[in-house]
Amino acid sequence: MSRLFPAPLLSVALFVLWLLLNLSVSPGNLLLGAVLGILAPILMAPLRPQHAHVRRPWAIAKLIGRVGLDVIHSNLLVARGVLRAGSTPPRSAFVHIPLDLRDAHGLAALSMITTVVPGTVWSELALDRSVLLLHVFDLEDEKAFIEHFKHTYERPLREIFE
Amino acid sequence: MNEAIVLPFWLELLVSTLLLLGSLFALIGAIGLVRLKDFFQRMHPPALASTIGAWCVAAASILYFSVLKQSPVLHAWLIPILLSITVPVTTLLLARAALFRKRTSGEHVPEEVSSGRDRGN
Repeated sequence: MSRLFPAPLLSVALFVLWLLLNLSVSPGNLLLGAVLGILAPILMAPLRPQHAHVRRPWAIAKLIGRVGLDVIHSNLLVARGVLRAGSTPPRSAFVHIPLDLRDAHGLAALSMITTVVPGTVWSELALDRSVLLLHVFDLEDEKAFIEHFKHTYERPLREIFE
Repeated sequence: MNEAIVLPFWLELLVSTLLLLGSLFALIGAIGLVRLKDFFQRMHPPALASTIGAWCVAAASILYFSVLKQSPVLHAWLIPILLSITVPVTTLLLARAALFRKRTSGEHVPEEVSSGRDRGN
């Protein structure tokens, strides 16, 4: 069972993705989607030494909702910063954030979140994964920002992946 | 297919508002790319187009075609989802390359964070 489906979640996601892309549930597409869902994880298995253990679907849903709201909020802030850049240049800065999250998949998710949110760009991660260098578009208070970052993103990710 | 389907006014209004809003944010993102001076600052505005810009256009597409075909047409949501997976890859590469170049040319950027210098472990 586990050899046929090394990553069941990924298999299901690929299957659904295929059906959505083709907008049909005809037998041919069901078959192709199933083949894709079963074969892709098996072919990719040698590439990924670690398995992700995802828990707490409710925490995932909450985090996605939270990120969605933050993206909209950050969009408005960056848009305002761009339009005002002539008179008040944005206070861009690099921030060192001490990390407690060590799981590779959790860190990958964190890097996605930081780059998707317009106001922040993931710039560098220390080799031992203990410090993250983040570029912030308009930084008001470094301490408060780090606190907010760790609380809203890192803590739920630790709950989900560790 | 030649029959002209009359869409309700509220839908046309909503769809065009969403399209205009998405375009507006994409435009602001482009303006930011031109106006800002620093490379790292310029990495931020294009995210406007790939997030809220793409979201608004996808939402408009879903609304329009769902009403037109009288059934939910949801696959446009895949665009924002796939964008949010692929955009970070190029953004990260750009940021890392820029940091590397600026360090080798001796510009004022933070030093490499090679180990946990802020923490004891």
